[in-house]
Amino acid sequence: MSIEFLLNGEITTISGAPSTRTLLDYLRETRGLTGTKEGCNEGDCGACTVMVSDGAGHHAMNACILFLPQLHGKSVRTVEGVATDNTPHPVQAAMIEKHGSQCGFCTPGFIMSMTTSHANDATDHDTQLAGNLCRCTGYAPIIRAAEAAEKTAKPDWLVEDANALAALKAKAIHPQSSDELATWYAANPDGTLIGGATDVGLWVTKKLATLDNVCFISQIDDMRGIETAKDGMRIGACVTMTELRNAIAPLHPDFAEMLRRFASTQIRNAATIGGNIANGSPIGDGPPALIALGARLTLRKGNTRREILLQDFFVDYGKQDRAAGEFVESIFIPTQEDRLKCYKLTKRFDQDISAVLGCFNIHIKAGKVACCAIAYGGMAATPKRAAHVEAALLGKPWTKETISAALSAFAQDFTPMSDMRASREYRLKATQNMLQRYFLEDTQNAPRVLETTP
Amino acid sequence: MSVAKPTPHDAALLHVTGAARYVDDTPMPANTLHLAFGMSDVAHGTITSINLDAVKAADGVVKVLVADDLPAENDVSPSAHDEPLLATGSVHYIGQPIFCVIATSHLAARKAARLGQIEITEKTAILTIDDALAADSKFEGPITFLKGEPEDALARFNADQTVNGSFELGGQEHFYLEGQAALAQPQDNGDMVVQSSTQHPSEIQHKVAQALGKPFHAVRVEIRRMGGGFGGKESQGNALAIACAVSAKLTGRPCKMRYDRDDDMIITGKRHDFRLTYTAAFDETGKVQALIMHQYARCGWGLDLSIPVADRAMLHADNAYNLPHARIISHRLKTNTQSATAYRGFGGPQGMVPIERVMDHIAHKLGFDPLDVRRVNFYENGQTTPYHMTINDSVITPLVAELRKTSDYDARYSAIQKDHADHPDNILKRGIALTPVKFGISFTLTHLNQAGALVHIYSDGSVQLNHGGTEMGQGLFTKVAQVAATTLGIPLDQVKITATDTGKVPNTSATAASSGADLNGMAVKNACDTLKTRIAEFLAPKYDCKAEDVCFAEGQLIFGKDSIPFKDAISLAYQNRISLSATGFYATPKIQWDRMAGRGRPFFYFAYGAAVTEVVIDTLSGEYRILRTDLLHDAGKSLNPALDIGQIEGGYVQGAGWLTTEELIWDDRGSLRTHAPSTYKIPACSDRPQVFNVALFENENVENTIYKSKAVGEPPFMLGISAWVALSHAISGCSATGEYPAINAPATPEEVLKTITRLKGESW
Repeated sequence: MSIEFLLNGEITTISGAPSTRTLLDYLRETRGLTGTKEGCNEGDCGACTVMVSDGAGHHAMNACILFLPQLHGKSVRTVEGVATDNTPHPVQAAMIEKHGSQCGFCTPGFIMSMTTSHANDATDHDTQLAGNLCRCTGYAPIIRAAEAAEKTAKPDWLVEDANALAALKAKAIHPQSSDELATWYAANPDGTLIGGATDVGLWVTKKLATLDNVCFISQIDDMRGIETAKDGMRIGACVTMTELRNAIAPLHPDFAEMLRRFASTQIRNAATIGGNIANGSPIGDGPPALIALGARLTLRKGNTRREILLQDFFVDYGKQDRAAGEFVESIFIPTQEDRLKCYKLTKRFDQDISAVLGCFNIHIKAGKVACCAIAYGGMAATPKRAAHVEAALLGKPWTKETISAALSAFAQDFTPMSDMRASREYRLKATQNMLQRYFLEDTQNAPRVLETTP
Repeated sequence: MSVAKPTPHDAALLHVTGAARYVDDTPMPANTLHLAFGMSDVAHGTITSINLDAVKAADGVVKVLVADDLPAENDVSPSAHDEPLLATGSVHYIGQPIFCVIATSHLAARKAARLGQIEITEKTAILTIDDALAADSKFEGPITFLKGEPEDALARFNADQTVNGSFELGGQEHFYLEGQAALAQPQDNGDMVVQSSTQHPSEIQHKVAQALGKPFHAVRVEIRRMGGGFGGKESQGNALAIACAVSAKLTGRPCKMRYDRDDDMIITGKRHDFRLTYTAAFDETGKVQALIMHQYARCGWGLDLSIPVADRAMLHADNAYNLPHARIISHRLKTNTQSATAYRGFGGPQGMVPIERVMDHIAHKLGFDPLDVRRVNFYENGQTTPYHMTINDSVITPLVAELRKTSDYDARYSAIQKDHADHPDNILKRGIALTPVKFGISFTLTHLNQAGALVHIYSDGSVQLNHGGTEMGQGLFTKVAQVAATTLGIPLDQVKITATDTGKVPNTSATAASSGADLNGMAVKNACDTLKTRIAEFLAPKYDCKAEDVCFAEGQLIFGKDSIPFKDAISLAYQNRISLSATGFYATPKIQWDRMAGRGRPFFYFAYGAAVTEVVIDTLSGEYRILRTDLLHDAGKSLNPALDIGQIEGGYVQGAGWLTTEELIWDDRGSLRTHAPSTYKIPACSDRPQVFNVALFENENVENTIYKSKAVGEPPFMLGISAWVALSHAISGCSATGEYPAINAPATPEEVLKTITRLKGESW
């Protein structure tokens, strides 16, 4: 396959590279563009951040787990390509002025996240930079720099890139549609589908897997849409977590707030909701929230589609209700009153995999629990509903006493394990307390740590 | 004058444009080979067979080395010659290198390194402090510092006037953003040039020479910059540099090695974790009368730098407090885990946390504001430490008084106390703490306190500067260039800073112990003074002026009323055959130390600081945030206020990270489970304090240091202790019975909730 994209404004064509060659290795080894750094090679430190632009806008992404075919038809800017002649980009100038670099190794990644925010007029800097780790500065001077660069003039190359991108007319790579994908996957049931590569990328960079038969699906247009109808919202499997966050925010703001803490900006710009579901992880953050909302999954094999409740998709650890050659095509969230709260428990607020994610969707009518769905990640081998707890709540008065009485049911629903993220005791205790928090937030407007100001 | 100006880091423009080169960015000769280690997956055992057939057959593999293939010494240890580069017969931790793959690419080497078939007969692994105590597995000691008669003194106090306790204090991964890396290029006659991401080029030189069986002069080591060090590149780069040099010798080709992040975290040493136990007696004002403290350090499997680390922990057991009677007992335990190593503070933080715990515990028992207890215990000048050094430069009392005021501590503490009392059922609780820092400056191994410099003035007046210190982000090169520019009276941009190079300045000490600017600044000043004297002695007579009266300032040489541009003076000196190149040297005065006796003056001076941190915790989940932090720190007469504030802010966040979210977890087999940023959580952007006020304390060093400045690399790290103590204060608001929280470190959300659960008398 021949890959065509813009690299720092210049048309770049790559033929014959392995499909799983990462952009980072290509930049550093093939092109000698060593400004982009390898810090962790798993998308967790941001030292390799680059800006990828396409028709949908500008996206900060981790080059270490970005495969070259994902760039086809797009524009890439690296740290070497953001200054104009000898004039630094405003974020570069601000970083110097505010003493935002010490050892300088994380700096190119910060510059690229900041350049992207600047292009997008984004000023939620803590969120924009959550995927960039710095060990020297304590971040304060970096934020000062980001703030100082707000509202400064944008570089001319943004427009130049957009024009060049429009003129690029890269030859389509396939599959281009869900139909094409269905045909390919039916013929290649052992192949690997790659959406954002935020998981598969690590198979390559950490497990050192060789993937021979892969299919890149993130540019399949008819799987990238979000359709809103009266009865609900249908989300294509290739919708990124960033797009999902934006779409869900007006309907279920706490889901969106949880997604703000899902990995990092760079990861959310690549990761797809279909991948988050289909990889079957017990600690993926998408499924518990979607299960609590009663989401349904459309699976497709060839021309055959079936719809199941998302909660039924997860059979056991590493086992999903998905046949060979069958793929997740879309997810449907039924319209409902927003009663959803999501509690993501981690060691660090930002960019941390959940020890526990508890999602609560409890509807009260006439002071009683009319219906409730409570789903957890990190508590079992699969994302799982707390059926006994739900049973203990259903039909009962919405009171402290009901909550207290229901707490013991968690131990019937879950026997969590201990690992490096949390002990089983902590998981169970925190899980019970999440129900209490839901009740207190609902009835007493109980505050959250993250909303507290000095 | 360049000194004291907030000049940006000399490489700032290179950093932000991606043009700053690190070892892995250096263009490689075309035939460069790449290395990776095959590692032990057993914590302790005897190797019974090594089958490397699949490794050798893998794509791109050129050669595979085991211990028997090494040409000379098989050792990477900075101290006791107890760490082989490649294991010989037995393995001592999971991650220990057993063989080395030499291949045509980094990826090929990594892939092949996983194909080794190593059979190991497992032996009992000693993993924890309890394991080591039970097996009496130790390197040394116990070592004791004794002042007065602590046992007798303790006996005079009853239970109401004593506190005692025991807690665990976790280690810390350095997480320098640039992983370990080295590149060796063979030269004529088997000589070797090595680029190494190291804080200690001289040691790399020595270890490489020994591994090649060559004298030191056959090896030259160069390092322009590191992407962070924090102590993790004081000795931990030895293995890579040696592997590259030996492989380069055996293949005749350049060899490069960089650890993948997971390998880096699995192979290299970290901050020592400790268990601390204490018994302290105090009077009715909270003043400590006697203290007995045990420090149990988990040193890992090799000696590395554990002796001086554990010594420094003992040397900071007092922090800023006078202890009339004290016994500090240090246990240096040997375990089958990574060999713990230097980390910013070098044991000082582990020594300081427990005395802050003691102060907090006493205040809790007396029902006092902990700041009042701290204040009555602060050193006064003239008092002596537990190691019998007289304090004569303490500014802790005025410094804390100033911070107390500027941070509005009293009102904020009272408001939180009232909130705890009035609203016991609040889900969110706040806490606040003010903690001081007094940190000793000098290597405790006295002979390391020396430095050299080499300064050239070229005939056009431009200056090239070299010294033994290394740049890891702290801004050392900028500061030292400021010293040269100020001393020579020329603009900063006339001074070129060059890579650290063992061929230019020999026999250097590690850039460690916060000593970089103190030692190398003085050595550079010494070289510049030598040059000035030569030039002045030549030119002064021509202007009817005494040599000592010639002034170098603002790019001029000033002879009373006359002056000439520096550039012209240099041209004249050159034409008149005056040497324009000089070495400089500095050895720290006044220090002497007997570590076995625990007596002497190990430190030239102390750096001081204090921090106020306010936190909020969620008592349902244990989650927390730092709401506000106020720091006031003593950098003496700052060489560069901007760089110093950068060290203070960054040090605080790193210190707070150590005590909060950074948790190292080993499983029952001794395998480190937190070996990547996905599982090991250093502070992220939003973890910094929401309000972050940082200021320098107006002071100048009472000792004659470089322009009266003070070292600033490590001391601010310990300002982060205030975050941990503030969490304890917040948790105390949940105590139904008034029980002391007694938290461990790191205070992860789990540790916080677990403590709250205990204080509430609920089951866990």
